[in-house]
Amino acid sequence: MAARAPALSPAPSYDAERVRRDFPILARSVHGKPLVYLDSAASSQRPLCVVRAVEDYELNSHANVHRGVHLLSQEATNAYEGARDRVKRFLNARSSREIVFVRGTTEGINLVAQSYARPRLGPGDEILITALEHHANIVPWQMVRDQTGCSLVVAPINQRGELIYEEFVKRLSARTRLVAFAHVSNALGTVLPVAEMITAAHERGAPVLIDGAQAVPHQQIDVRALGCDFYTFSGHKLYGPTGIGVLYGREELLGAMPPWQGGGDMILTVSFEKSTWNELPWKFEAGTPNMSGAVGLAAAIDYVERLGLPAIGAHEQRLLEEATAQLARIPGVTLIGTAAHKAAVLSFTLEGVHPHDLGTILDSEGVAVRTGHHCAMPVMEFFGVPATARASFGCYSTREDVRALVSALHKAREVFG
Amino acid sequence: MELRDLYRDVILDHNRHPRNFGTLASATASAEGHNPLCGDRLTVSVRLEGDRVQDIRFEGKGCAISTASASLMTEAVKGKPRAEVEQLYQAVHALLTQQDATATPALGKLAALSGVREFPVRVKCASLCWHTLHAALERGSGTVTTELPDDTPSSLAQQLDGAL
Repeated sequence: MAARAPALSPAPSYDAERVRRDFPILARSVHGKPLVYLDSAASSQRPLCVVRAVEDYELNSHANVHRGVHLLSQEATNAYEGARDRVKRFLNARSSREIVFVRGTTEGINLVAQSYARPRLGPGDEILITALEHHANIVPWQMVRDQTGCSLVVAPINQRGELIYEEFVKRLSARTRLVAFAHVSNALGTVLPVAEMITAAHERGAPVLIDGAQAVPHQQIDVRALGCDFYTFSGHKLYGPTGIGVLYGREELLGAMPPWQGGGDMILTVSFEKSTWNELPWKFEAGTPNMSGAVGLAAAIDYVERLGLPAIGAHEQRLLEEATAQLARIPGVTLIGTAAHKAAVLSFTLEGVHPHDLGTILDSEGVAVRTGHHCAMPVMEFFGVPATARASFGCYSTREDVRALVSALHKAREVFG
Repeated sequence: MELRDLYRDVILDHNRHPRNFGTLASATASAEGHNPLCGDRLTVSVRLEGDRVQDIRFEGKGCAISTASASLMTEAVKGKPRAEVEQLYQAVHALLTQQDATATPALGKLAALSGVREFPVRVKCASLCWHTLHAALERGSGTVTTELPDDTPSSLAQQLDGAL
């Protein structure tokens, strides 16, 4: 599944400066310098239209959803369910019954872990993940392992941060009950060969969950074309609000799963003896949902589809190439994660300058990068580094941002000698 | 925010050439310190003779602030009685977290750490070694992490609590 346009033409019609102006926060300064925001992989910024959509809902349409007879309640319901339908179309899912709103990717994975895996797995069963996962796609499975006695198997990566595909296939066995992996690595930028991996897993009869948090902002996702069983992502990484995310699950699977959380809205009837569950997708949405978050997410989806995800992806790839080339020229820079196929994430170390110090110096120049283990301690361990600095690009990133990053790195070199 | 306030010459020097770096064969107590948020790790080993910190070493990998702070610490406490070490611990802690704290002459080169106060996110880097030393002296062994509420400047208590 390609994340980049086939040929990067030198005359892009993508106007990054124009896109930048859609994001009010990018006009602010930091320590007296213009903000150079290179931390979109941690959280993206919001375009004004998303903020306005949320504001409009809060000012004009808010009420509790689903059971109100009054007009505002109907409007709120329409807004919320309308957002669900928007997500369904965005992912090209077959039905809205397959779209569950959650708080984010982490909650989506936990839902599947507790509601799909935990009831089914036991000693002798295996869950297969990869060595480049974010903690959100490791810890929930460890918890299931501790709860059920099943095993966690890890497919290794190579020094470039790529999955060793043959080793992944080797670890698919008759005991594999679930395969879970990231579409794109948050720490390394590696884009995994998801189509082949899904095919291989399905040949073994194992369903597949994909952590799509870092993929969804950079490429169009078609869950039916992919054929995955579960796909989950976060709104706040896709230029939408925090506190909202999506779990896509095939209806056949979701229908057979017990509820995730209990409470109002996920039931049809309640008595003290027994309660009956609501239909999909509400069976998995207990309590009052995050209506404004869903509305904001729908607006964010509209925004990226207006720009065009392939166009955004291609723009980011150009920046990635430029940044990679420039950083490689700085003495003492080591790039961590040099897969052939990468999303626009650049992890690196600078010799003699601890990532933490690097982050502080970059910050003093207005450049925001993330430093640390990126919730991927096993990845850091594999590359033998305590931490890396990570620059990540978004739809609003520009060549000036790359220049500012390089210049700030030279400054760090200067301070530390 | 002045970067030069944080990365003073003393700090850069102690980072590049950390004093008392290594292990202590005759250690009577040691402790490990770990900042899981940024990966700083160090081990502090001391040889106590009676009440005095007769010798001290530190080892580990971390950012310039954590390394320099540890180096300065070992220089400051070597040969001192425990009571005085405890006083220095409190004084450094105040210097790092209290807006109006000034460096007393007793702090000597440790005064270089006062710049860290302007960079709240880095306070834990500077204090890790002191918490680790404290654990070594109090308990003789153990592992500490930087997730200690009393390290956080009150103005940032909410932001930093459980963050990252």
